[in-house]
Amino acid sequence: MSELAGTIPGKGGFSFDLCRRNDMLVSKGLKPPSFLKTGTTIVGLIFQDGVILGADTRATEGPIVADKNCEKIHYMAPNIYCCGAGTAADTEAVTDMVSSQLKLHRYHTGRESRVVTALTLLKSHLFSYQGHVSAALVLGGVDVTGPHLHTIYPHGSTDTLPFATMGSGSLAAMAIFESKYREGLTRDEGVKLVAEAICSGIFNDLGSGSNVDICVITKGKQEYLRNYLLPNPRTYVSEKGYTFSKKTEVLFTKITPLRELVEVIEAGDAMEE
Amino acid sequence: MNVSDSTPAMNNLMGSEADSQRTLYPYVTGTSVVGIKYKDGILLAADMGGSYGSTLRYKTVERLKSVGKHSIIGASGEISDFQEIMRNLDDLILYDNMWDDGNSFGPKEVHNYLTRMMYNRRNKFNPLWNSLVLGGVKNGQKYLGTVSMIGVHYEDNHVATGFGNHLARPLLRDEWHENLTFEEGVKLLEKCMRVLLYRDRSAVNKLQIAKITEEGVTISQPYALKTFWGFSAFKNPTAGAEGSW
Repeated sequence: MSELAGTIPGKGGFSFDLCRRNDMLVSKGLKPPSFLKTGTTIVGLIFQDGVILGADTRATEGPIVADKNCEKIHYMAPNIYCCGAGTAADTEAVTDMVSSQLKLHRYHTGRESRVVTALTLLKSHLFSYQGHVSAALVLGGVDVTGPHLHTIYPHGSTDTLPFATMGSGSLAAMAIFESKYREGLTRDEGVKLVAEAICSGIFNDLGSGSNVDICVITKGKQEYLRNYLLPNPRTYVSEKGYTFSKKTEVLFTKITPLRELVEVIEAGDAMEE
Repeated sequence: MNVSDSTPAMNNLMGSEADSQRTLYPYVTGTSVVGIKYKDGILLAADMGGSYGSTLRYKTVERLKSVGKHSIIGASGEISDFQEIMRNLDDLILYDNMWDDGNSFGPKEVHNYLTRMMYNRRNKFNPLWNSLVLGGVKNGQKYLGTVSMIGVHYEDNHVATGFGNHLARPLLRDEWHENLTFEEGVKLLEKCMRVLLYRDRSAVNKLQIAKITEEGVTISQPYALKTFWGFSAFKNPTAGAEGSW
């Protein structure tokens, strides 16, 4: 595929040039900037007609919730979507990049993209960065060869699974899957199970929260159900309202007129110095 | 709290004489214990594995024991420390019996004693490396509590130690309710233990379930859970994705 050759960087791989300088700075006490992480619950499962992906919507920056309603299910191709956990910038950048590569590839071949293509592009990129690109992904889609679901780890290894969970809430979600998953689920059963698994992550893991996003991919069709469930509504709203009154209250008024400026001309020699 | 992954060899390379007098890391460890309240009393479940670092060395370790007439205790973490705790508890119950005053220690008293013991040891930088689950029934009152190795203690309708907190608690929060029958309770515990068996590397497929009601304590014989590995995706996992697994 000569078209893809142009996208491979000239030197290839991670440039270790700045590592020594970074280590020196850290030893001198410099704290590296903390990055926006998606402490997350992301899941995927295969049902009888295709793949269902699910994700929560909380993005954290240390202990603070930076974004209450972010989108963790990324578009790769019309028939392939990818959920991302880890550093938000890394998941965004890597999925955007591979999405563009897939589009160029579709123009070149004239065919629908395959999930294994996206898988190979993602894993070879992540491996060449030796785990420094902190993106843990759940990739799912339906192509001519059928429905596929894969997990991709930051160091570049992949798994092919009937059901998968990633992120800090993965254990809570996996507990639901391991006890309730079976083969040949219908669409509604699958969506319900995915929503249950994400809710388990939202309510039992501190890094996950807010709402549930779901994406259902079948042959020839995809449904992106943004904010499918909103289990954390804002229940208390102050009746007094949250706007401040525009006027400032006047307590009392006092007017002091300016005095006339009177020039005093001194008798005697001015400018004598 | 991660109680696995210790290398016994490291010990001799570290520090002074004083270090050999206190617990620095666990050696033989038990994994999760899960406990729930049900209609007639308390149910505890634990497997029978004792891991030596990353080896599953002992497979018939009884981690559920009865304490006096009214309580049962389940322990995860260092097995030798659990044996020490049992010695202390047995002495405690013995001296209580010797009063011969018709009164006997209930689960609340035992839980409190354990909390004080664990916290006291932690303050001396020499902890008993265990997470304990204590359950019992006295005078119709059900009690289920837990103590960790640093003395954190609380009681709840369902508790778990170690990995059980991450894998079993979410299931219990969803599916536990008051008035579970014995069969429903056992089924729920088995569901949790099955997920732990699939996803905890130090779990073994040999477990015991302990029941305590007003009538007394029963600890079941060891048995194994049925597992399912027949997913079609497991049969040929790299079909279409050569090079992965």
